[in-house]
Order: sequence, then C-alpha cells, then structure tokens
Amino acid sequence: MSQADVRRRVSSRFLTSELRLIAVRRRNQVGLAALAAVPVVLAVAMKVASPEGPPDRGDGPNFFSQILGNGFFVALAALGVELTLFLPIAVSMLAGDAVAGEANQGTLRYLLTVPVGRTRLLAVKYAGIVMGAFVAPLTVAVSGLVVGLLLFGGGDVTTLSGTQIGFGTAVLRLLLICLYLGVCLSALGAIGLFLSTLTEQPMGATIALAMLTVTSWILGQIPQLDWLHPYLLTRHWTDFGELLRDPVSPGGLTPGLLSAGAYIVVFLSAAWARFAGRDVTS
Amino acid sequence: MTDLAVASQGLTKRFGSQVAVDAVDLAVPRGAVYGFLGPNGSGKTTTIRMLLGLISPTAGGHDLLGAAMPDHAADVLPHVGALVEGPGFHPYLSGRDNLRRLDAADRTAEARTSGARIDAALDRVGLSAAAGKRYRLYSLGMKQRLAIAAALLQPRQLLVLDEPTNGLDPQGTREVRTLVGQLAAEGATVLLSTHLLAEVEQVCTHVGVMHRGRLVAQEPLAQLRSDAAPRARVLTDQPAEAARVLRTLGLTEIAESASEASGQLGAVAPEKVVASLVHDGVAVRGFAVEAPSLEDVFVRLTGRGFDVSG
Repeated sequence: MSQADVRRRVSSRFLTSELRLIAVRRRNQVGLAALAAVPVVLAVAMKVASPEGPPDRGDGPNFFSQILGNGFFVALAALGVELTLFLPIAVSMLAGDAVAGEANQGTLRYLLTVPVGRTRLLAVKYAGIVMGAFVAPLTVAVSGLVVGLLLFGGGDVTTLSGTQIGFGTAVLRLLLICLYLGVCLSALGAIGLFLSTLTEQPMGATIALAMLTVTSWILGQIPQLDWLHPYLLTRHWTDFGELLRDPVSPGGLTPGLLSAGAYIVVFLSAAWARFAGRDVTS
Repeated sequence: MTDLAVASQGLTKRFGSQVAVDAVDLAVPRGAVYGFLGPNGSGKTTTIRMLLGLISPTAGGHDLLGAAMPDHAADVLPHVGALVEGPGFHPYLSGRDNLRRLDAADRTAEARTSGARIDAALDRVGLSAAAGKRYRLYSLGMKQRLAIAAALLQPRQLLVLDEPTNGLDPQGTREVRTLVGQLAAEGATVLLSTHLLAEVEQVCTHVGVMHRGRLVAQEPLAQLRSDAAPRARVLTDQPAEAARVLRTLGLTEIAESASEASGQLGAVAPEKVVASLVHDGVAVRGFAVEAPSLEDVFVRLTGRGFDVSG
C-alpha cells in the first residue's frame, strides 16, 4: 500500500495561487482603480472649487478644510470618505466571493477532492481577504498622497493636537492609519467569510455584508441606541484620527483593535463550524 | 492489502425525508473498469460525492484503496482522480492556469514537476493547443476534456469519472474510451458513472446498476449477460405462424411483430426450433439466438428505462 509514501509538504503554493487568483481578476483590478480614483476626484474638485472649501461639520476627524494648505490631507480625507462605503464594499466583494464563489463555479468540489482540507481552505481564503483589507486602504492613501502633493504640495503637517510634525513622520503616521484600517476591515472580512460559507451565491454574501456595514453606521448615529454602540462593528473605525495626535496616546486604538480581534475570532470560528462538516452539493 | 479499490457498507444518504442513496454496498475490485449505471436521479452522483467525502453519509461507511474514509481522506485522495458532475473551473483563467491552481493546492504534488505534469495531462486529453485560452471560451467538450486532464495531474490508483463523455463529440467519446482503456492497462481502477450503455459494453469489466437509490445489481459484465436468458429470433413473413410453433415448443415470453417472432429459449435447443419451423412450413428468412442486449438487462433491472427516478 503506497498511501504511506504520501508526503505532505508545507508549501506556500496554494496561498500564492489564491493571491494571484485575486490579483488577476479583472473585477478586482477595476475595483482597486475605483478606490484609487476617489482621492483624485476629491483633490481636483477641491482645486477648482471656491477657496473656502466645505464647512467643517465638527463630526469626527474632518480633513477637508486642511487640504488646500497641504496635499497630505487629501489622503486622509479620501480614507475618511471611502471608509463609510467604498472600502467596506471592496472587502465585501472579496469576502463574499471567498467560498461562495468557488461553490458557484463548481471549483469548490474539485479543490476538496484534490484534497484541500477544509480548515486549510478557509485559512487560505481568509489570508486572501486580509491581504485585500490591507491593500485597499494603502491604495487609497498612496493615490491620495501622490495627487495631493502634485496639486497642493507638501510640507509640515499640523496634528489634531495643534502641533507640527515633519512630512516624513506624517507619512509614517499615514501608514499606521492604513494598518489600523486594515485590521478593522479584516474583522469585516471575517464576517464576510462566514456569510460566504452559508450560500452558493457570492453576490448574496457581498450584498449582505455591505448592508451590514451600512446598518452598523446608521445604528451608530442613533443616540437612543447608545447601549448598542460599543458592540457595533464600525464603532471604532474612525478612531484612526488618534494617530494624528501629538504625542499619539498609546491607548487610543486599543478598543478598536480589541473589538476587531473579537469579531475575527467569533466569525472565523463560526465559519469553521459551519464549513468543516457541511455537505458540499455544489 | 485488500483487493477492493472501493468498498462501501450500507452507504445511505437521506435529504430530509427523501432517501437518495439506500444501503449501498459497492465492491469495486482493484484493476476493474466498473460501469456505474442508473437512470438520472437514481443516486449515482450522491454516492460518488459520498465516496469522495464531499457529503457525509447518513448511515454506513466506506473504504477507498483500503483505507477508511473520510478519516484518511488526506492520505487517500491524492491517489484518486475525480470528475464529479461536470467540469468546474475559473472562467477567467486559461485551461493551463486552472490546472496550475489545482496542482498548487495539492500538498503532495511536487512544484518542480508541475509544468511537465500539466503539459502531459493536457496532451493526454488533446487540449495542448487550447491550453492558453480562457476557460470561458471553451466549448462544452473542451471543458470536459480539461476536467479529465485535472484528474490525470498525478499518477492515480483510482479514477472516479462521473459521465466523462458528456458533451463530447463522437470522436471525443472514442478518445475517452481509449483513454479509460489505457488507464486500466496501466493498472488503475476506474469507476465510470454513465448512462451510455455502449460505453459500458465496450470498456467495462464490472457493472453496478443503481435504481431509486438502491444498488439492484453488481457483477462482472460477462456474468450479468450470461445470467440473462437467450432468446431465439425468427425473421419471417408469417410471424403468427412462427409464434405458434415457438409456443408449442415451450418457449416463453413470445413476442411478434410484422416481420419477426421471438421467444426465450429456456432449455429448448435452437436446432430443434429451426427443424420444427421448417417442418411446419413456416418460411424462415433468418434465425438467430441472441443474448439480450445490455439495454434489455438494464431496462429489466430498472423497470422504466431512462425515466427520471422520483
């Protein structure tokens, strides 16, 4: 019996294949381009609009008013704008597709008979989602930074605390903001992976996840529901402004990171519980 | 070492109140080409999905290549090539890239030999020329060929092929038949699910027939055919007369049409039938003793031929 000879290698081939699959897909490329286009539109609009800029609504960090003075704030403003819907939709597209997309195309049964263990499949799928969750805000930031510098120039950045930091330090802070948002979006992705194991229709999972995000934003706006607010997925997403204080308060991002971690643990477990023993009839 | 490549005991699957597969005891000997027959909806594909561990049985269990499934799936499945319920690939990847992805997912596959193995598999199913084309542009036959290529990425001990000739042109069908023959000659066991009886008659050594979720017959093909009673067939322009002679001789299940009469021979010698016919002045244009076709056997076992089982 030669089954004993089977050697299972530890290899990154499947993960590489998964990342490549996401990267070569036209839909994902277009989505990423759309994310990158938002800061461009924003900056051009600010450039041609009246010099006063839009009024400051005083609601969370608002970087619009500072754009005209420093291109750095194009990236921040774009992240703030896209965080409400565009970034969550981008992650929803990836996450909804993860398992349901394979089921829908009939590739799931062939992966499982290769065999790919179900836990391993979920791990690789989630790794792909997480990659997307980090790449998406980084793309917005890079695009915003480039177009901002071109149209408005750079220079020292005024923090939310009123102090000045150098441009290099500010870019480092921007990178940290992207990483923080990457973690937040990874939590969204974990919910999406779970939803994706429930259906064979990737669009269904995507739409459900996008609606969940919007609902979470809306509930967060209703003061009567303040008892619910600490548990909302999007509750701490806008905390990224903490990274623009001087000095950065070490505890400022802890609630957001803990909340994201909790969402990730709960929904990855749920995805595994759902998928590990499920009959695959697609 | 067991001599069965596939062995199931009481394999059962219920979906809600419906029993899709009912206590199936499959026994596929190593080296056999096993024709897995049955009308649409008779439970063949559900059985195959259970064999491969895609769905779990409600009751019963099975071994593949002598190891219990699904516990040893990670050890056994690399030796099993499978085509389940039609091809399934990423439409926006080329045929070759789709195979690359499956090979990358296989932890037992060597990265170093991946390219060569993929080319060999593509060549084997005659798809080399179209390997770089996006899958969405493939014809049904090409898709089917790619799915067979995927099953051949590694040397396999067992191939589970669910309707492999579906959508293929006659040329392609013949190629697949040849391929199955070659694989068997190389020592692989083939479980071939199909409803094309011609396919079975030409390539299979064993047959299992499913009907309404049950395995109603399972034996070597030769035995299945010899078990079936031979019939005497008389070509004549006096079918009524001929039928009367056959009946007098003791043949059973007499049938007559415009130009022939036939009946089950039983213990009656064919020579005696011819002699009696001539003696009674029946004009005989032709006479033959025929084993019933596989189709006849199949219809007898499943009752209603190719109707969908409810």
